[in-house]
Amino acid sequence: MTESDLRTHATEIHEQFSDQLEIDVDDVVERLDTLVNDYQVPISEARRSVVNTYLDEAGMDRDQLGGGDGGGNEQVNVADVDAPEEWVDVRATVVELWDPRADAVAQVGLLGDETGTIKFTKWSKSDLPSLEEGKSYALRNVVTDEYQGRFSVKLNRTTTIEELDEEIEVGDDSVEAEGALVDIQSGSGLIKRCPEDDCTRVLQNGRCSEHGEVEGKFDLRIKGVLDDGEEVTEVIFDEEATEELTGIALEEAKEMAMDALDTTVVADEMRQKILGRYYRVRGPTFGRYLLADEQERLTGAVDADEILIKARSI
Amino acid sequence: MASTPTREVARRVFAREFNDASYTFKESDDDRAPVYVLLPTGQRANRVFLVGTLTETEDVGEDSEYWQGRVVDPNGDTFFMYAGQYQPDAASMLRELEPPAYVAVVGKPRTYETDEGEVNVSIRPESISEVDEATRDRWVVETAERTLDRVKRYKEADMEDPATDEYIAMADEEYEQLSIENYRQSVVGALESLQDEQAEASAD
Repeated sequence: MTESDLRTHATEIHEQFSDQLEIDVDDVVERLDTLVNDYQVPISEARRSVVNTYLDEAGMDRDQLGGGDGGGNEQVNVADVDAPEEWVDVRATVVELWDPRADAVAQVGLLGDETGTIKFTKWSKSDLPSLEEGKSYALRNVVTDEYQGRFSVKLNRTTTIEELDEEIEVGDDSVEAEGALVDIQSGSGLIKRCPEDDCTRVLQNGRCSEHGEVEGKFDLRIKGVLDDGEEVTEVIFDEEATEELTGIALEEAKEMAMDALDTTVVADEMRQKILGRYYRVRGPTFGRYLLADEQERLTGAVDADEILIKARSI
Repeated sequence: MASTPTREVARRVFAREFNDASYTFKESDDDRAPVYVLLPTGQRANRVFLVGTLTETEDVGEDSEYWQGRVVDPNGDTFFMYAGQYQPDAASMLRELEPPAYVAVVGKPRTYETDEGEVNVSIRPESISEVDEATRDRWVVETAERTLDRVKRYKEADMEDPATDEYIAMADEEYEQLSIENYRQSVVGALESLQDEQAEASAD
């Protein structure tokens, strides 16, 4: 990192302490330089470390810091979170609170702003005030995380939470895809899931990768591929969506499999009903998949006139 | 992040252009690297999606079943497809379907050279399903639109400019004998035939 970049960061830190401490910008630069260039520490960590040093010197808590930007993080929209381990600030509304599955987690749920929603986790040991569903907050110094292509933010000991008077509106992060259904992938049709609490893994040959051999619970799902000739979208249809799409309900699928002594007949039957047809689907994305909330078969008349005029003119 | 190999897009192309796409190539030396045919309008295709009228099926195999299917587009041009023991689902569809029927086909382009030195282009189907007329009509309009976009891009390209799309430049070089005008005509022909059908249907 260049001297001038370091100086920019140093100036920001200097401003944060200008009311409390007599510090020299050159001193800040030197400390940052040691961490970043000698010890190869990322600049965000280096800033934290330097800020902590000055906090100790001043006998201050992090939330007493001036500058109002909680340490100079970038304020981001939740839809723009696209890398793990970044320190950021968000302004968001608590959309949902979920039941924490572990004692280490104090609160877990969904935060939303104009651009969409993102999962958040607040650790018990961080000792932070409780967030309330439906309220909007400015959260400073949260860390981004990623799991299987999905991003989340984690609140930590240094996070500051400020309730906002204004309400942050939560935008719709669902996407739409349209095209011909060109493939139905393996793992579609009548499947069995692990019955263990909180485990919904799909069984392979009667085995759950976590819980071993179990008595599975039947479910319907389709992993399909929509293709518009320019790009492909992988879509997951859950039980309800699968029934709507194929007209085959779970009970009927079980009977079909029972009669044939084979579960694969269900997916085969579904293929014949939906492959090669055009659909439009809408829903949130999960990793590389679009989870279909709404779907519609495209059967309406298509207008050839406009393209014909264009084709004749070139 | 672990990268999963991306699935190849299924291109939309009328039979006339598809059957002219005799030049194949790979993007790398890897044995498993995908094989592409080069569409004469300047786009590579490793997969196609088509909907048309299945007019004939025939088992042309000698020792084991090897099904040939003929699928005709609105211009009357024919896609040829072949499915044998390694494409059991498609082969059984060709065995069971009664022509004429509208079918949707997803498949890989394949080329082979005849004894006379001509290159024939066909499809190795991944799936075949019977569909309705509305689906066929939608495919015709969609394929017209995609083809027209390609024709337009090709016509606007400056072949002297090194920044020109590599597949357009490749098509310009490999298909000197072919006229891009043919594919514009297939677009016009296909759409006119669709409009005629629709006019007849509403007159009935």
